[in-house]
Amino acid sequence: MAKVEPRSATIEATIRALAEANAGRPGALLPILHAIQDELGYVPESAVPIVANVLNLSRAEVHGVVTFYHFFRTRPPGKHTLYLCRAEACQSMGARELERHVKETLKVDFHETTSDGRLTLEPVYCLGNCACSPAVMLDEDVHGRVTPERLDQLLAEVR
Amino acid sequence: MASKRTRIYVPSDTTARSVGADRVAAAIADEAARRGVEIEIVRNGSRGLHWLEPLVEVEVGGRRLAYGPVSAADVAGLFDENFHEGGAHPLALGETDAIPYLAKQNRLTFARVGLIDPLSIDDYRAHGGFRGLENAVKLDGAKIVEIVTESGLRGRGGAAFPTGIKWKTVLDTQADQKYVVCNADEGDSGTFADRMIMECDPYVLIEGMTIAGLAVGATMGYVYIRAEYPQAIRTMREAIARAEAAGCLGANVLGSGRAFHLEVREAAGAYICGEETALLESLEGKRGMVRFRPPLPAIKGLFGKPTVVNNVISLATVPIILDKGAEFYKDFGVGRSRGTLTVQLAGNVKRGGLVEIAFGHTLRELLEEFGGGTATGRPIRTVQVGGPLGAYIHPSKFDTPLDYEAFAAFGAMIGHGGVVVFDDTVDLGQQARFAMEFCAIESCGKCTPCRIGAVRGVEVIDRILAGVNEEANLTLLRELCDTMVAGSLCALGGMAPYPVMSILDHFPEALSARGPKQRAVGEVA
Repeated sequence: MAKVEPRSATIEATIRALAEANAGRPGALLPILHAIQDELGYVPESAVPIVANVLNLSRAEVHGVVTFYHFFRTRPPGKHTLYLCRAEACQSMGARELERHVKETLKVDFHETTSDGRLTLEPVYCLGNCACSPAVMLDEDVHGRVTPERLDQLLAEVR
Repeated sequence: MASKRTRIYVPSDTTARSVGADRVAAAIADEAARRGVEIEIVRNGSRGLHWLEPLVEVEVGGRRLAYGPVSAADVAGLFDENFHEGGAHPLALGETDAIPYLAKQNRLTFARVGLIDPLSIDDYRAHGGFRGLENAVKLDGAKIVEIVTESGLRGRGGAAFPTGIKWKTVLDTQADQKYVVCNADEGDSGTFADRMIMECDPYVLIEGMTIAGLAVGATMGYVYIRAEYPQAIRTMREAIARAEAAGCLGANVLGSGRAFHLEVREAAGAYICGEETALLESLEGKRGMVRFRPPLPAIKGLFGKPTVVNNVISLATVPIILDKGAEFYKDFGVGRSRGTLTVQLAGNVKRGGLVEIAFGHTLRELLEEFGGGTATGRPIRTVQVGGPLGAYIHPSKFDTPLDYEAFAAFGAMIGHGGVVVFDDTVDLGQQARFAMEFCAIESCGKCTPCRIGAVRGVEVIDRILAGVNEEANLTLLRELCDTMVAGSLCALGGMAPYPVMSILDHFPEALSARGPKQRAVGEVA
């Protein structure tokens, strides 16, 4: 009978497997971090020494890359992620009001997760949907011409 | 009366989907089945008339008729009026190509966008695809570079550097390996042209990059796409796989015996990686820190090898130049700005979308004839051209022609062609603050004037808006802007002050505690 491994060991084995699978690619670090985040939803701190070991880099180098890029997160996100565009085109169509509305409704600030673990709120600087502003991205789906009412509907659908 | 199956086009790009195109396509399929009407739904790309999205087209007698904006709730009514046979309906817009917004454009780079099924290689070929590459495989690298130079094409990412000259540097540099890198890190607010190419006509980018590879002797290319564009990433990956399977890409490009391989790399949400040297660092697996130049990337670029780094639009324009010739392309435009500019009308605009037009038209023509004024119906207060580092332009400058040099002459830039419209309710003091805030968030940290100056910029603007030592702080803000412009390596720190300075110069009342909003309280004019 195979012994059930503790969860952390499983995560670390997954990280190592993903790192080794991509290690041969030129400039492998970003593809590896993406693979880890795609699989686990975030890049745990325990990934840093494993990836460093596989790529023969220092931990500082890997940590530096993980923390440089806004897209990589080191804590598990909520079940869904709402990216709210804060850039100029959306500002011209009421993104600041939308931001206030969503923060008040969800009682979270940017980079925070609701207390029920359902939703993480992240800022984003342009989704390339600027002729249908304001825009948000819920997980991987972009929504345009978003009003506070429309946003409430979208959030209710993933509740 | 079982006629042959009617073809109905429902766009599938991010913008159309963001306003319900998938629900519309499903409703059309359901309603057609319910009524026993035989149709074929094609998921094309967007025509770029974004205010009309979802824009549904019906092919009747070889012509495409448009209906829009269509919601799922409209579908039953459209069938009641036989829209699938071109029936009249309040949403009917007539023949798509005759809609003035489209008819007045010069669609060269965007010739196929919205017309075809983006991933169909047959569609791509049927609409002139791969003709440029077929010509290129018969030419030597120097000849291809000569044609691109002769066309007058300049980098459409924003810097407007002549593409042919960049390619010649790479061609003339000896190395065992060279690269072609496509900068698809389209981070400027108000821009979506790159995304549209990748989602609506991905093979044109593949074709352009392959021609670049043949021209300079590179066998490997990377498309660096921002993480905020998941659909573009998926579409490009699928298109590359299909192009390889069809022999248009890979070990033996179109049977020429020459190789060019292509790979998509996903960025990770850092605006600075749209700067070409930071992008190269990122591709190498490092923090996106800006490099010193020289050496130029054309001489020592990716992994230290000679590298062509071009924007999506620049590369996607190369196939038509190789197909129709340098003279054809050069005939469009004015002065040193040759060919077409892909303008993206965005923000508070009535008719937002993609306008590809020869250089030389004025900003006012774009805003009025194409844009139709603001979405809110209020007067235009300002437009920001060229992304978050671009100036806020005063209406007195709206008669400036779209021309790189004409814009540079008054401290503005065309950049990647994004035009963000604001109505008269905009708080430009807050927009100035945001320019500094954005720079502080996105600075790579290499240059002190950018890293610290942007943070101080936010603080100084806050003090001005609060009425603390207003005169002294305004002087300080100008000095800070000068320091950032003069003391930063790249355009982020070097140009983030531009929107701030444009507000100081042209909208001085906005940067004051006694600005229009505050003045309204307790002070009757």
